[in-house]
Amino acid sequence: MRIYLNDDMHEVSPGTLAAALETLGFGGRKIATAVNGRFVAAAARPRTELADGDRIEVVAPMQGG
Amino acid sequence: MSSFYGVELKSRLLLGTSRYPSPAVLERAVKASGAEVVTVSLRRESGTGRAGQAFWSLIQSMGVRVLPNTAGCHSVKEAVTTAHMARELFDTPWIKLEVIGEADTLQPDVFGLVEAARILSEEGFEVFPYTTEDLVVAERLVEAGCRVLMPWGAPIGSARGLNNVYGLRSMRAHFPDIPLVVDAGLGVPSHAAAAMELGYDAVLLNTAVAEAGDPVEMARAFALGVEAGRAAYLARPMEPRDMAVPSTPVIGKAALGD
Repeated sequence: MRIYLNDDMHEVSPGTLAAALETLGFGGRKIATAVNGRFVAAAARPRTELADGDRIEVVAPMQGG
Repeated sequence: MSSFYGVELKSRLLLGTSRYPSPAVLERAVKASGAEVVTVSLRRESGTGRAGQAFWSLIQSMGVRVLPNTAGCHSVKEAVTTAHMARELFDTPWIKLEVIGEADTLQPDVFGLVEAARILSEEGFEVFPYTTEDLVVAERLVEAGCRVLMPWGAPIGSARGLNNVYGLRSMRAHFPDIPLVVDAGLGVPSHAAAAMELGYDAVLLNTAVAEAGDPVEMARAFALGVEAGRAAYLARPMEPRDMAVPSTPVIGKAALGD
């Protein structure tokens, strides 16, 4: 199925957010996530099933003022 | 000692981490500033990127407390979701809440700010709202649960100093028990000193240090400015007056004229 991660389209197997993140290289990284504009806590990623067309945001610490 | 949600800080300078020429300069500037709190943010990262992880390692090595922001958020929903992500990422209930309302001045959308502050406070966040010097908005923010207020000195990154000294002074008078931080718009240490002389509890700045010719030296200069302003406030400055008053006594002056 197709998902959009930070606006980039990816083809992934149907499954959870945790699985998709692992596949796309985010395993073990310090990140926070949202799906379709809703925050998904790290603990909830393994039970968050993705659907075709879902929009995922992945953010990491960054400099800020 | 001012308390920010129960945390007492020795340094009254809060420093941003953005726009430095290099991570090494950032690290030295934070050290030179004496800041115990630095602001941080969160941005998209790809599966192959490592910038965020490297930045986080650097911040952790400095042993400072972090104040994550919601910079760039233009809606309540965006700001609230960003705050949720920041709380998990940085493991802190502190959030510098920005809801931007105007692109040219980066003026806060104070209506959205109050709404977001209420939602986040009810969820247990400790909100540091980036606001204006408007007293009515400030009242609403306190009602919403904010125990710190951060009015702007001038638009973010403008280096204009304190645009509305009267407004900032009024705010200090109206909220004697709420920690107040001038956030944004400072350009030189005298601006920071002026804010502290008004009785503000702290200042928060970033660009004035990061974009100085020598950020490390400017960080040190701001630390001195903040310290001088605070000491002056505690020393109770004299009131200005319209006419001159000789500082040297006239009595006893030698009679040398005609």
